Amino acid sequence: MKKRFDLEDLDCANCAAKMEAAINKLEGVNKATVSFINQKFTIDAEDDRFDEIIDLCQKEMNKVEPDCRILR
Amino acid sequence: MTKKQKRNLRAIIIAGVLFIGLAIFEFYCKHNEISLNRFVMLAVFLVPYLIVGYPVLRKALNGIKNKAVLDESFLMTIATIGAFYTGENLEACAVMLFYQIGEFFQSYAVGKSRKSIKELMDIAPDTAFIESDGEEPEEVFPDEINIGDIVVVKPGEKVPVDGEIISGSGMINTSNLTGESVPRRVNPGDKIISGCINGDSLIRYKAEKIYEDSTVAKILELVENASEKKSKTENFITRFARVYTPIVVILAVLLAVIPSIIFRNPSLWVYRACTFLVISCPCALVISVPLSFFGGIGAASKKGVLVKGSNYLELLAQIDTLVCDKTGTITEGNFKVTDVRVEEDFTREECIALSYEVEKMSTHPIAMSIKQEAERLKALDNDHNKNKIFTKYEDNYIIENISGKGVIGTSENRIIYVGNIKLMEENGIKITELYEDKKSAICFVGVKENNSSSARLAGIIYISDIIKEDAKSSISDIRACGVKNIIILTGDTKSVGEQVAFETGVDRVHSELLPQDKVLEVEKILEERGDKNGCVAFIGDGINDAPVLSRADVGIAMGSMGSDAAIEAADVVILDDRLSHIPEVIKIARKTVNISKQNIVFAIAVKVITLILGALGIANIWAAVFADVGVAVICILNSMRMLRIKKNI
Repeated sequence: MKKRFDLEDLDCANCAAKMEAAINKLEGVNKATVSFINQKFTIDAEDDRFDEIIDLCQKEMNKVEPDCRILR
Repeated sequence: MTKKQKRNLRAIIIAGVLFIGLAIFEFYCKHNEISLNRFVMLAVFLVPYLIVGYPVLRKALNGIKNKAVLDESFLMTIATIGAFYTGENLEACAVMLFYQIGEFFQSYAVGKSRKSIKELMDIAPDTAFIESDGEEPEEVFPDEINIGDIVVVKPGEKVPVDGEIISGSGMINTSNLTGESVPRRVNPGDKIISGCINGDSLIRYKAEKIYEDSTVAKILELVENASEKKSKTENFITRFARVYTPIVVILAVLLAVIPSIIFRNPSLWVYRACTFLVISCPCALVISVPLSFFGGIGAASKKGVLVKGSNYLELLAQIDTLVCDKTGTITEGNFKVTDVRVEEDFTREECIALSYEVEKMSTHPIAMSIKQEAERLKALDNDHNKNKIFTKYEDNYIIENISGKGVIGTSENRIIYVGNIKLMEENGIKITELYEDKKSAICFVGVKENNSSSARLAGIIYISDIIKEDAKSSISDIRACGVKNIIILTGDTKSVGEQVAFETGVDRVHSELLPQDKVLEVEKILEERGDKNGCVAFIGDGINDAPVLSRADVGIAMGSMGSDAAIEAADVVILDDRLSHIPEVIKIARKTVNISKQNIVFAIAVKVITLILGALGIANIWAAVFADVGVAVICILNSMRMLRIKKNI
């Protein structure tokens, strides 16, 4: 399933790049992009674990930027 | 401004005022040689430092917790702590303050450009009106409209979904989508595309697509997705950023440790190492490069050109060979009567009227163009004289199609022959000196009235596909953009192809090609040029040239407003059918690539120079702060120039 989310308080471009790299390493994620300019997070991940994967993504993001939130 | 930005700004102002006060105080004490306790001063300076630096420190702690020690906040914290350690309280505080000011500007500038791009793409209406059981139209969100709903669009409002007009006719403005400023006239029965702005009259239409499948949603999705397909430059920057920070940090550590052991004055070398840490973030590059591509894509879409990815924008800037399909791209794609020559006792109208009688039931392109011409002539005339001409030949004709030759219509009064030279010869019609081989389709019209003994020539109708008005000027503009080879591919005959090539000024033409031959032709062109720099673009109208579109380095589809297949297959989509968009988008692409190159060279140069000067002790922490955030802000401002060219290219 592919879905796009808005992001809140994503403040630095390099952080977005780091998040993207970290999330793409997660199991079950086929492809993810974190766009700093759009403040958007696009993810293509396994259907049956989708929500769980999004939670994991949120955790990865907060490792880089504590304030950044996926708006769902 | 977001909440977070406001909070940061407040912290910056409070800390800034405190900082200036402290700086003056320290300067005053130094001047009057009042000695101050070092620890008291440290404690005092920590106040503004903590106020402004709290988010950074928090993020640094977060980084430590997650073992991400190369996090820029962490490095910034180390740098400032190092400065405090060496007794440079003022500088430590200033670094944090200016770092935060820079961050604030970055986030503000990026937010601003994000907003202006959003405005650029403000083509979808927020609400729509549909007819319901009640008397007043019901207000709904565009995505609530179902297929078959009757949508009401008031003057000045945006069309929410694609559909077909039931009632109301007027001018609609498509400039939002296509950049074309001349409004288009629509009448009941015409298709209407979402995103257009209704002119001066109320239009009712039947929704044919839901919002998600409508043109406007497709365009928005395309533009939003475009930044996901990264350009080579962006990928280079991401890779560069990954190695840049670790290298600078290692250098900083070495700089702090080795000379300290040799020269035994650690605080000097720790201070110099701190300048390194301040410059260690590659942020300027990581933001500004995608931002300029994003701006370029936004500027192009404002012109009615959708670029499906940053990578394609980059390729557009390198085009040196443009391969064009002829029909629908260089020419309008519909045949028109371009000339009528008649024998002395016939008028042009009579000649058209004769052929009209036998062709009016046919759907062949030639027949269509004759019908069109007949209708045009009828409409032109107000005193009905010409309509008399048209009624003169009205009769019950028995139509006989002679494959590959033409049509014969037989009635009680006469026989009409419309077709090629073979048809005329077979029926004993003499071709007079009227005939001249022109590079277009030729249609002979012969007639045999019952009272005459033989059939004779009435006239000759020349029909050709008209070259687009802007074709010639666009081709020369494209050439002026540095595209060296322009090649036309066509399924038409050699003479037609060469004529078009001559009139538009292209270099080469390959004619008599079947659709599959076009792919081979493009492959040949790709092969011929080998590994040279630059790339080959193909431009077609998207109808049955999907394989060619995907084979070329960049596939450009034009005239595709409302055509899903073309939008799907191409890399670059031109919504209307004006060729003049090509030079426009090439210019936008070149400018984008130039701006991102400027940013890369500028940012890397400033950083490397500052690193060298910092190691030698010539550049201090202040210079390092400029090299970090100052450069980022300058690069962002430079990228934002992309947004301003929406009007003047």
